[in-house]
Amino acid sequence: MSIKKGIEVSIAASIAAKLARVEVIAAYPITPQTHIVEHLSELVANGELEAIYINVESEHSAMSACCGASAAGARTFTSTSAQGLELMHEILFIASGMRLPIVMATVNRALSSPLSIWGDHSDIMAARDTGWIMLFCENGQEVVDSIIMAFKIAEHRNVLLPVMVNLDGFSLSHVIEPIEFPSQKDVDSFLPPYKPLYSLHPDRPVTMGAYGMPEIYTEAKYAQEMALINSKDTIIGVMKEFGDKFGRHYKPVETHNTENTDFAFICLGSTNENIATAIDELKSYGKEAGLIKLRLFRPFPKDELLSALKDKKRIAVIERAMPAGAANGPLYNEIASLIYNNRLDITLENYIVGLGGRDVHPEYFIDIFDKKITFKTDKNYTVIGVRE
Amino acid sequence: MRLKGLELYTDHPEAEFVASGHRACQGCAEILALRMALKVFGKDTIMAMATGCMEIISTPLPTTNWEIPWIHVAFENAAAVASGIESAIRILQEKKKIERKDIHVIAVAGDGGTSDIGMQALSGALERGHKFTYICLDNEAYMNTGIQRSSSTPYGAMTTTSPPGKKSIGQSTWKKDMAKIAAAHNIPYVATACPSYPFDLFSKIKKARSVNGPSYIHILSVCPTGWRIPADLAIEYGKLAVRTGVFPLYEVEDSRYKITYSPEPLRPVQDYLKGQGRFRHLKDEDIELIQKRITAQWEELKYLCSLK
Ligand SMILES: Cc1ncc(C[n+]2csc(CCOP(=O)(O)OP(=O)(O)O)c2C)c(N)n1
Ligand code: SF4
Ligand SMILES: [Mg+2]
Repeated sequence: MSIKKGIEVSIAASIAAKLARVEVIAAYPITPQTHIVEHLSELVANGELEAIYINVESEHSAMSACCGASAAGARTFTSTSAQGLELMHEILFIASGMRLPIVMATVNRALSSPLSIWGDHSDIMAARDTGWIMLFCENGQEVVDSIIMAFKIAEHRNVLLPVMVNLDGFSLSHVIEPIEFPSQKDVDSFLPPYKPLYSLHPDRPVTMGAYGMPEIYTEAKYAQEMALINSKDTIIGVMKEFGDKFGRHYKPVETHNTENTDFAFICLGSTNENIATAIDELKSYGKEAGLIKLRLFRPFPKDELLSALKDKKRIAVIERAMPAGAANGPLYNEIASLIYNNRLDITLENYIVGLGGRDVHPEYFIDIFDKKITFKTDKNYTVIGVRE
Repeated sequence: MRLKGLELYTDHPEAEFVASGHRACQGCAEILALRMALKVFGKDTIMAMATGCMEIISTPLPTTNWEIPWIHVAFENAAAVASGIESAIRILQEKKKIERKDIHVIAVAGDGGTSDIGMQALSGALERGHKFTYICLDNEAYMNTGIQRSSSTPYGAMTTTSPPGKKSIGQSTWKKDMAKIAAAHNIPYVATACPSYPFDLFSKIKKARSVNGPSYIHILSVCPTGWRIPADLAIEYGKLAVRTGVFPLYEVEDSRYKITYSPEPLRPVQDYLKGQGRFRHLKDEDIELIQKRITAQWEELKYLCSLK
């Protein structure tokens, strides 16, 4: 029997990890991830979760210990934010290159400097090309469901890649939401114990993490890239199986109100809820705007996105990260290349919102729809609400 | 008739866990030390290795020289990786997912991977009390990247980033005392060793493996390439380091210091320094300064050993 209760999303995330029966957790506290690791420590301390919690001395060591634990065959979980994600940056590539099915809840937060503990996507956008599968969540239910699915995806024989479950700092991590928790019995039947293909054990010695000379490096990276690209089929399969079992259905790309409009927003994470509010309000004025939500960001769901885009005339890409000197925001650039490669006739606009925890108001999206926000001629993107 | 002292290691496994065909230089004492250590650690060992010479000489994909489970993740994190492995093995055994047996986890890194970039991860792992052995293979510089100085490079030594010149003597700082730093964590066992003294090394590895908690072994590993000495003198220079007091052999068991091999009366450091290309530029007064420091260090060690 599943239970539904009102609960802080961070606590719910740690309960999801418990339901997944994680065996090793190595984590280092950082706001706004702290409630997740505090609750996990508590679950381990109380004996409610049979796992080892390694109180590492840094995030670099957190991800390193996760690599060791996962390589030795344990189901491994961690969580971090912002500076922590940057400190483990080096090891993120190694976890994916070594095909270790670690799951991490990344509580998205702004990067210093100036120091900001509040939410945006500058941390994850700086880590987007680390070879991890990346899921984004809009609400607490998605966080719980995604963490459970993430292990099944990561550990699948055809995948064997680490998975990040992204949730927005504070605006999602610290809110209390009604969340339905599946029963342990149902999770156990959905997610059987991890049986590694290879693990570090004296009875069957293996060498992991050998180096690649020029004549083999390209092939090794190509094989990894193919695994990441092909993981989409497994991800879709796992989402379907989850839906069949638990009645909550997910897709790599989800749409809202896109049927009768040639305009849509594209966005990642909890901002989608603000946009949906704006769309409802627009509807009350008789205006129709759609929303395309990227649930899956890596591997980039090209086909699914294309079919959502193909009958659109105007798209507004909403992002929570500064382009840092790039032509546009990182999400925009990928969508633009997809549109260009498929010769779609779509006007693309790029808006930056919600940096460092700045409130994101539904009115912004109404103004975007009504073309009340104008572009500077020297930039392709607009930072909404910035005081110049 | 059995030779005195041999009973210590007559029961150590004959087996080799380093396959031949590795790419270490002739006379490399890092690989020698590791080969000796693995004989004692035995088959039920999992090794986490840092980036460095030993990693590079052993594992070009898709080949390996390791006959035990081995993992390399990065340069500065061998201790953290080992923490993860040790925890995983423990919980998997508790949950009866793998058979319960005495599997020992070791982390191996060079002096750079230990006393510089890996120090934080090492300190964390020692403090947390994982049951594992950390081995520092100290060849006194970053050899893998071309003989750059580390904090373990001795005073006066020439390296590619501490070149002697008009305004420099070469390495201008004194060698960081990593074994003492490890001992300051109050872990059950810390020792120094050198493959020029194999019996001493064997018995220390044996102790390190048997204690219930972290152990740390700091092994002086002569590097003919980086020290600019003939390859056939590697063992000899290891002995000289010990006999001059430059590298004393001792252990710290439950915070008690004990010299395991006393070379007294110490030979002059000059005997050790001369003949090494990396010290060739040193003047008599430089050597005198080094001699003073080494003598003082030896006296201090004896004092620590006298404490009950
Ligand atoms: C983060 C990082 N910085 C620098 C390097 C380059 N690097 C690889 S091995 C090494 C030196 C290794 O020296 P040491 O640990 O003493 O081992 P040795 O090669 O001497 O055995 C360096 C600087 C690296 N791999 N990673
Ligand atoms: S450079 Fe030195 S430590 Fe490295 S393999 Fe050669 S002899 Fe051994
Ligand atoms: Mg070295």
